[in-house]
Amino acid sequence: MQEKVKDGQSSEFQVVGTRPVRPDGADKVTGRAKFGADFSLPGQLVGKVLRSPHPHARIKSIDVSAALRLPGVKAVVCRDDFIEQPSEFIPAGEMMINYRDVVRNVMAREKALYEGHAIAAVAATSAVIAKEALNLIKVDYEVLPHVIDVVEAMLPGAPLLHEDLFTAGVEPAPKTASNVAKRLEIGHGDIAAGFKQADVVVERAFTTKPVHQGYIEPHACIASVSEDGQADVWVSTQGHWVVRAHCARLLGWDIGKVRVTAAEIGGGFGGKTVVYLEPIALALSKKARRPVKMVMTREEVFKASGPTSGAHVRVKIGAKQDGRIVAAEAELKYQAGAFAGSPVQPGAMCAYAPYDIENVKVVGYDVVTNRPKVAAYRAPGGPISEFGVESVIDEIAGTIGMDPIELRLKNAAKQGTKAAYGPKFGPIGMVETLEAAKTHAHWRTPLGKYQGRGVASGFWFNIGGETSVSLSLNEDGTLSLTAGTPDIGGLRASLCMMAAEELGVPMDKIRVQIGDTGQLGYNFLTGGSRSTFSSGMATVEAAREVMKEACKRAAKLWELPEDAVEYGNGGVRPAGPNAGKHTPMTLKEIAGIAGKTGGPIVGYARINAAGAAPSLATHIADVEVDPETGKVSVIRYTAIQDAGRAIHPSYVEGQYQGGVAQGIGWALNEEYIYGDDGKLQNPGFLDYRVPVASDLPMIDTVIVEVPNPRHPYGVRGVGETPIVPPMAAIANAVANATGVRFTDLPMSPPKVLKALDEARAKGTAKL
Amino acid sequence: MRYEAPSSLEQAVGLLAAATGDARVLAGGTDLLVQMRTDILNPELLIDIKHIAELREVKEEGGVFRIGAAVTGAELKEHPRLTSVWPGVVEAANLIGSTQIQGRATMGGNLCNGSPAADSVPALIAAGAKASVVGPNGRREIAVEDVMLAPRKLSLTKGEIIASFVLPAKAKGSADAYLRFIPRTEMDIAVVGCGIALTVDANGAVSHARVALGAVAARPLLVEEAASALIGSKLEDAALRILDAAAGAACKPIDDKRGTKEYLIKVAGVLARRTAAIAYERARKS
Amino acid sequence: MAKHHITATVNGDPVEFLCEPQETLLDALRDQLHLTGTKEGCSTGDCGACSVTVDDRLVCSCLMLGVEADGKSIRTIEGMAQGDELHPLQQKFLEHAALQCGICTPGFLVAAKALLDKKPDPSETEVRYWLAGNLCRCTGYDKIVRAVLDAAAELRGA
Repeated sequence: MQEKVKDGQSSEFQVVGTRPVRPDGADKVTGRAKFGADFSLPGQLVGKVLRSPHPHARIKSIDVSAALRLPGVKAVVCRDDFIEQPSEFIPAGEMMINYRDVVRNVMAREKALYEGHAIAAVAATSAVIAKEALNLIKVDYEVLPHVIDVVEAMLPGAPLLHEDLFTAGVEPAPKTASNVAKRLEIGHGDIAAGFKQADVVVERAFTTKPVHQGYIEPHACIASVSEDGQADVWVSTQGHWVVRAHCARLLGWDIGKVRVTAAEIGGGFGGKTVVYLEPIALALSKKARRPVKMVMTREEVFKASGPTSGAHVRVKIGAKQDGRIVAAEAELKYQAGAFAGSPVQPGAMCAYAPYDIENVKVVGYDVVTNRPKVAAYRAPGGPISEFGVESVIDEIAGTIGMDPIELRLKNAAKQGTKAAYGPKFGPIGMVETLEAAKTHAHWRTPLGKYQGRGVASGFWFNIGGETSVSLSLNEDGTLSLTAGTPDIGGLRASLCMMAAEELGVPMDKIRVQIGDTGQLGYNFLTGGSRSTFSSGMATVEAAREVMKEACKRAAKLWELPEDAVEYGNGGVRPAGPNAGKHTPMTLKEIAGIAGKTGGPIVGYARINAAGAAPSLATHIADVEVDPETGKVSVIRYTAIQDAGRAIHPSYVEGQYQGGVAQGIGWALNEEYIYGDDGKLQNPGFLDYRVPVASDLPMIDTVIVEVPNPRHPYGVRGVGETPIVPPMAAIANAVANATGVRFTDLPMSPPKVLKALDEARAKGTAKL
Repeated sequence: MRYEAPSSLEQAVGLLAAATGDARVLAGGTDLLVQMRTDILNPELLIDIKHIAELREVKEEGGVFRIGAAVTGAELKEHPRLTSVWPGVVEAANLIGSTQIQGRATMGGNLCNGSPAADSVPALIAAGAKASVVGPNGRREIAVEDVMLAPRKLSLTKGEIIASFVLPAKAKGSADAYLRFIPRTEMDIAVVGCGIALTVDANGAVSHARVALGAVAARPLLVEEAASALIGSKLEDAALRILDAAAGAACKPIDDKRGTKEYLIKVAGVLARRTAAIAYERARKS
Repeated sequence: MAKHHITATVNGDPVEFLCEPQETLLDALRDQLHLTGTKEGCSTGDCGACSVTVDDRLVCSCLMLGVEADGKSIRTIEGMAQGDELHPLQQKFLEHAALQCGICTPGFLVAAKALLDKKPDPSETEVRYWLAGNLCRCTGYDKIVRAVLDAAAELRGA
């Protein structure tokens, strides 16, 4: 059952908060919409990548001569075709990346650092010939010992991935290189003193495996470089300005020469905020003087595009008998894959963020291993650390005999709480989501045999960032809205709605498109749950500019001062003492006089959106455990989350439900399975087990609205928080059903049965 | 690669027998195309057998069902009689993959793909099915449990094609069932598969039983000790315990990608009990 | 490799194309006939994004060869709408917001139509199990199932 949007105020909007059909919908249900692999250009070649079969090897030489001689092969590229990059960290969504590592991840230079690492690439007239050409490329590898486990990689004597990696954040700086790229620490207070005050202390260690974003659309692009060096790329991406910047940098071209068009994107979840194929396709196209189309196979997606970290997490929490948490500590070891840059920083920041705790300390380690470089995955780092924290909080509740929602309420962060990672919160909805959970029918429904219930909360920050939007008033009064953050799940609907709300015109008079990099100023990528927030803020600003300009033009016509004309009801009219002196003009009529009153009317916003606010959630999960096989089924789920303001409630609900499904997969069945040989054993959807339709129940949602005062409509980003609570909610539910606490994800049936049998032998199992 | 679509068994056998390179029979293609795509197989010749009448028909004569080897799982389910006579076999064939897979996959292909985890095979073995095989030297019948020797290794000789499966006429009071264990609810390869066919006498005691297990050894197994546990019983707890142990004892798993050895043994026992219960209920009602 | 000349019907129209024996029906639809509505998600039959019907049978087109399509009647997402009128399933998907990124949507619509053509009154469980071969990573399936059940009701005239 879907509950209606909850808000404390009356419904004051015409469009915002309703559920119209999305403007880009018809194309998507008819197959007309063009995704990355749906573009073709005349004369195009097929590009394919040669990938390392070894998890760790020095590349002594690459001989492409035989491949080049094969008829039908038009170009071959390898490391020499990309510019060496000095070390420089830049923001990329919610993570930082280093160009020296980016160029090496796109095309290996000194070493192959994971099975699947790109070594060379060819462009040929057919896929068959391209494949044959790859087999003709001779690579001389010196195979090296590899390490794929995060704890093992931290030990002295572990195989070393980078001879120049010295742990940052340690004083004094180490003299020996290691696989630990960074150590960080956040917190406040005095945890030793805090733990002394505690009546109850629970300490647990948790492990999680790398999981992949699992987008159904493999990476795909087509690149075309003309003889004068102008380059075009069509690619499904979460950020085409970022693609443009990376490609220009890696190839040593002017940014302005590269134009990137964002295709429709078949899922990203953070995994399409980085480049893999685009620089390669451009390099090949330049050499071949023909367009080059490159599409990853599903196997390549798993082997060579970033999953998120696997991790080792230790959590220690101390509380008083009355439920007050007095000390909270965590140690996070996240693996980054082949290059530094796991999401251990946001993981550390989020771990205790839902709570107001006087003494907190979180230490994190970013560790490299011979696995694909991790990429952002929906609230990067957050689900992992919060899985540990929310599990231990549950255990504390059980130990002191307190209801787990009450325990969270007692310690909930509120407006003014100082987070462990520094800032003081503005208004946030932690208490509201907990109260909604407490009063929800789900929390009170009786459970059946072998069933258990768990609750968990979650936090994610959300970001703003550079955004440009253009809104043109067309000659007939319709509008063209061009935004620059790719629409990965309903953004165009929300922007159209906000524009329609502002301007007082019907939605179908506004056509929304996502422009290419030549059509707008810079737009940071769609990530950090920022697109509705930032492009929305920019859209509102652009709309207000159009409205202001419309007033100005009418004022000119009516020979009134500019501030004597006001906008309302989709048009302009004289205001104040002049009211009634002239017939109001509709936007269409204003459009008709635009030319003679000064020219085209265009609203243009170029902002660095600030004021993004966190979104808090509380989830309730019911599971049923088969006592003889250990299989866990999710039988009921309720996701309650603060959206600030739900512009389009259906798409907000969709974010909640999608994040929950991914979290359930992460909890129960998804994992990268590696052999001791460092090779991925399940690079396909058969054995990489994402939830299917029959695995899940309906996912009930409750939208709580604690408006964000810094957005014109009160919007908070919502896309990432939903994936944070499910792992702990499910683990807590399984503990409730079985009496066994699971600390190792995924909770696949063999592991559950084994733990159940051990508990039965000890007499501690509930079934 | 060459593609041929013969319209008679003689032609198909002739092509297969005469092939000098790697020649493969194409039925549903749901395993073959995947292996070709991932370079496990690179056949020179594909022989599409879907245009051969016997392989595409389901015939019933005197209670005996002859099911063409290239009849799809979806077609089996739509047959007006097969589901009520052999529900276990039909269920098993319709657990392979997804609805889309069942639209193409065939029991002939499921068996000849040579995977120990094939879903339809334990059900066919439990039913006492025989494979009717046609080759250059004529036609012969093999018990389904004797077709697969090891992963990807069949007892068929060069040029032989399975034309159909023959399911014996069922005695009164007989029924079959198939269950499998997978981590999700659909789409997984069986971690353990169990097919059981029982005959129950007028007193409610099992007079005849066949128990087959899939995915727990190098090939699907006919487990006679498990059947013995059931014969003479009314599925009392004691009989079920022996059945459970016998099923577990038969397991000789070849790898643990889909479950540890200990886990497979446990689940084999659990499935055997649960499958027997379903077959027993069906048998008593029939 | 010599190409085969294939004659078939796609969405009610006669078509002809050339293809090599190892090309899949999916390749032929997308690359020869330029019908890119059917998507490639995995090429191993595990995701359902390539779903089409062949002689009214729901299949993964990545697991069928182009040569096997000779003489067959194939229906893809492009044939679902009737002129400029969307099929009730398409309409309900939009109304229920049963799509976010939309890459799985063609496959789901083709699969759901195949279900309702066969079983006009499916239960929620039947819908979920029928669609288990169609992966969606965005929606958690909730709104998809609701849309299918709602479309089924509308088609029944309920």
